[in-house]
Amino acid sequence: MQEVTTEKKEFVPNIVAFCCNWCSYAGADLAGSSRLTYPANVKIIRVPCSCRVNPMFVLKAFQQGADGVILCGCHPGDCHYVTGNYYTRRRMALLYSFLNYMGIEKDRTRVEWVSAAEGAKFSAVMNDFVKTVTELGENKRLTDLRVKEGE
Amino acid sequence: MKDVALKMIDRAKQLLESGEVARVIGWKKGDFCYDPTPAAFETVEELKDFVYDYFCGANLSKYLIQMSKKEGKTAVFLKPCDTYSFNQLIKEHRIKRENVYVIAVECLGKLDIEKIKAQGISFVTGVEVVEKDVKVFTADGETTLYKPDVVLSKCATCTKTHQVKDEEIILHERPAKDVNRFEEVEKLEAMTEEERFAFWREQLSKCIRCNACRNVCPACSCLKCVFDNPSSGVAAKANDDKFEEQLFHIIRAFHVAGRCTDCGECSRVCPQNIPLHLLNRKFIKDIDNLYGEYQAGETDEGKTPLTSYTESDAEPKDVFNGEAK
Ligand code: SF4
Ligand code: SF4
Ligand code: SF4
Repeated sequence: MQEVTTEKKEFVPNIVAFCCNWCSYAGADLAGSSRLTYPANVKIIRVPCSCRVNPMFVLKAFQQGADGVILCGCHPGDCHYVTGNYYTRRRMALLYSFLNYMGIEKDRTRVEWVSAAEGAKFSAVMNDFVKTVTELGENKRLTDLRVKEGE
Repeated sequence: MKDVALKMIDRAKQLLESGEVARVIGWKKGDFCYDPTPAAFETVEELKDFVYDYFCGANLSKYLIQMSKKEGKTAVFLKPCDTYSFNQLIKEHRIKRENVYVIAVECLGKLDIEKIKAQGISFVTGVEVVEKDVKVFTADGETTLYKPDVVLSKCATCTKTHQVKDEEIILHERPAKDVNRFEEVEKLEAMTEEERFAFWREQLSKCIRCNACRNVCPACSCLKCVFDNPSSGVAAKANDDKFEEQLFHIIRAFHVAGRCTDCGECSRVCPQNIPLHLLNRKFIKDIDNLYGEYQAGETDEGKTPLTSYTESDAEPKDVFNGEAK
């Protein structure tokens, strides 16, 4: 028999961060080399452009157990491919609004523009996002029993 | 409606006899009076089963993807809402316009047999509609219902007009309507996140993943659909009564965002009566609010809201309930 513990385990959220290769991923690098920290539970996925992120990637992340998903790209106007992030902006504005319409907590999703020079911003954004999602608690509304066990 | 149907049959006969078209797409008598089915008629003899009545709600435009690639021209009867789907399909290069002859037909709103049955009426053998009265004949008598209570949900809020026509068969004017098709969406927006989640969980848990909503949708014309890909993780019905089907619905609704004409076919065909139009309309409403009013299928050219942008578009974090802060 398993021992019953009354002690509550501290909740550490799973965070997926999609970062564009040219700005935000470089921003993360800069944060690292400047010895600025961001929580280890942020899992960065490098994409060529924020616009590469198909809405299905976001859903997949949630489906597989992410508690929060953040998308980072170059500032509008600074896209390496000129216009990619303008499309991202529309897509994600609609997707996130829609997810919220289905009852998914608004703060579980975020878009931030982080340039290659903004290591400090990257670190601050991630710390803040992790804090927000930790407060929200576990993602229960957009998981999938097919892949998540132990419920 | 009878006189309209007769005119349509006459016209179909002429077109087939003269050889102007090789086939006519219309509606064929079903097993019951309330289930006419879309059909292609290739000979004058076949037209004996042609019907056009208050149960012909099906949108015929999607059939043209196949039919317009066949030998010879295809004539098709389109209701006002169907012509938007037609335009959208032209825009997406799915229909060969030069092979299609569009006959715009009158529509005064179609009836929903499920809503009639929900009023406790069964064994319907026929209907007669006069203004707002629907006389329903059954095996044991007749009942009169109020039309707005028993029309298809897409018809309840329809203010569409024919966008495409090579000719028209219209005998009666449609009365003007003053409706807000976003009313129910607004109600949901006014709820809390928990309430919305509960609402959708209840609705979407009913989904049996028959995929009928995708199959009927004129915007869902992809040759290879993500839901037919077993490694997508969303191809089959989830083996659980939790809420997995929401992934299917979010993905599908997003795929047709900016292209959905609000033709209402998805809600009409859903065997589980899930109000799917409330999903698509949320996207339509948000697009209208954030990027300017847009009606898919109003024209057969131009960019869609998701394939265009402006430098001053709202930031995702400022968008709440479809409004930018
Ligand atoms: S999603 Fe529904 S309303 Fe929109 S085009 Fe498809 S069938 Fe029509
Ligand atoms: S669900 Fe998506 S991939 Fe499938 S047919 Fe519709 S638009 Fe295409
Ligand atoms: S038609 Fe209804 S039951 Fe069938 S897949 Fe679509 S929502 Fe589910």
